[in-house]
Amino acid sequence: MGKAFSKPKALSDTMTHYCPGCTHGIVHRLVAEVIDELGIQGRTVGIAPVGCAVLAYNYFNCDFQEAAHGRAPAMATGIKRVRPDLIVFTYQGDGDLASIGMGEIIHAANRGEKFTTIFINNAIYGMTGGQMAPTTMPGQRASTAPTGRNTDLTGMPIRMANLLSQLVTPSYITRQAVLKPQQINKTKKAIKKAFEYQVEGKCFSLVEVISTCPTNWGLTPLDSLKWAEENLLPYYELGDFKTPE
Amino acid sequence: MAKVLMKGNEAIAEAAIRAGCINYFAYPITPQSEVAEYLVKRLPEEGGVFLQGESEVAVGYMIFGAAAAGERVMTTSSSPGISLMSESISYIAAANCPAVFVNIMRGGPGLGGILPSQGDYFQATKGGGHGDYHLLVLAPDGVQEAVEMTMQAFTLAEKYRGPVMILGDGLIGQMMEPVEFPEDLATKPSNKDDWATNGMDTRKSKKRNLVKSLFLDPTELNNNNLALKAKYIQMKKEEIQFEAYNTDVDYKVLITSYGTMSRVSRTAIDLLKQEGIEVAMLRPKTLFPFPEQAVFDAATKESCKAVISIEMSMGQMVEDVERCVKGQRPVEFYGECGGDIPSPEKIIEIIKAMI
Repeated sequence: MGKAFSKPKALSDTMTHYCPGCTHGIVHRLVAEVIDELGIQGRTVGIAPVGCAVLAYNYFNCDFQEAAHGRAPAMATGIKRVRPDLIVFTYQGDGDLASIGMGEIIHAANRGEKFTTIFINNAIYGMTGGQMAPTTMPGQRASTAPTGRNTDLTGMPIRMANLLSQLVTPSYITRQAVLKPQQINKTKKAIKKAFEYQVEGKCFSLVEVISTCPTNWGLTPLDSLKWAEENLLPYYELGDFKTPE
Repeated sequence: MAKVLMKGNEAIAEAAIRAGCINYFAYPITPQSEVAEYLVKRLPEEGGVFLQGESEVAVGYMIFGAAAAGERVMTTSSSPGISLMSESISYIAAANCPAVFVNIMRGGPGLGGILPSQGDYFQATKGGGHGDYHLLVLAPDGVQEAVEMTMQAFTLAEKYRGPVMILGDGLIGQMMEPVEFPEDLATKPSNKDDWATNGMDTRKSKKRNLVKSLFLDPTELNNNNLALKAKYIQMKKEEIQFEAYNTDVDYKVLITSYGTMSRVSRTAIDLLKQEGIEVAMLRPKTLFPFPEQAVFDAATKESCKAVISIEMSMGQMVEDVERCVKGQRPVEFYGECGGDIPSPEKIIEIIKAMI
């Protein structure tokens, strides 16, 4: 009998630094599985953000660049324009993409740059220790919003998938989650579709993934899944927001 | 090859193509927008990439991404734009990627003005971005040298795997001069297998490459900085360029000037010579590495009584000149900026007052 389950070739054989219950590991695996299934490992270049996933470059087994905070879409643009034959993806968190990197992601999407963005939205800054993000929910506590996000002062959470889907340039924009097995399967399909669009040279793709951060939410991994289900999903509606067809 | 009459900005653009750079990312800013306007027409003819980015910040990272993918790449900007790109220049230096930045300086600080200035000497030679890094900085004195240095810049960027800057000023960008494109400066592509992120399949080893500037382990970070320092020491040994003007005679005063300012200083020297007053000039062509020994030697010639740095700034290169002269001669300064260029007459008046 052959091996029924193994680590994707596009993941390196190493321990990650992610906290217990963090969903980065799941999304890393999904991306790696897609890279394997499409047979593109040898021509893929990933771009790591600043944030928890900066060390993604240690966990993926393909060429990688590490960007400055928020600038991954500009770096991806640089690579993809000079080497359109390469498969390029950025892997960014919500502080990186929705705050400091807002300009870069909007313009890359609007130019229709043919790369893929995996956007991890867990409604908080992880690496720097739980500060408020543009995606933090109203009333949600953060180290820079100790009594909870006050929307009078900081506005409402930004829904990136909704916002990017308003651009007229054709693209694939979807929001998925990894809180339950069914959602994980759907996320995998979305990531695969996003990479397929790139392989076909079709369009820019962004897969937003609703994720958890038990450490900075101050919850157990199980309670985090429940909290995200009850608090994030009603506001961050799942589904495809835009397809290139 | 025949000489052609070209505007500096267009000549720099053409020189990049002649050096084998067909990838250009930029954001418009006066007084260098002609580079983009030239390349948007020329690059498609060469099968190259032209992209106007959404900001200088983003452009810096487009350059970084393309350079890290192993392709020859250039951007051009002017002072406020270079400030915005300085973040990426720090990352590019730390990550050891070859890239060429052209700064056609305008007056600052702040939004400043659009007329020529040399106010970015500190920014170009002492950092600009954060951390321990240097750009290799080439300072042309006219359109011909701008062409030659642009072509050399790609060779140097690849030799040292780091960012190289052409530091010109608005005069160089805007003036037209006859120029000849040297063919022997066209650079050959270097082997990038051991570092470029252009896909594992391109390498025999099939090993993956990683371009990064994060080193959480203090020893690793120190080692990366030591490796950068080793490059800068090698540059100081191998890349210093300067011009010595009228240094064969017994001169009383040594002028230090660079870029277009040196041409005004040269005129002043020629006019003073007619009056029987001998003045020499040491013109650094590389601002980093700085011609330290040459400045010291020229300043401490027995006949030389004093040194004056003449710049289109409020006194920037003069600090390096003072450092190199090591207190052996008095070092004075004269400069104007914001578009008021020191005139030969004013320089003559100041020098006469010195002797």
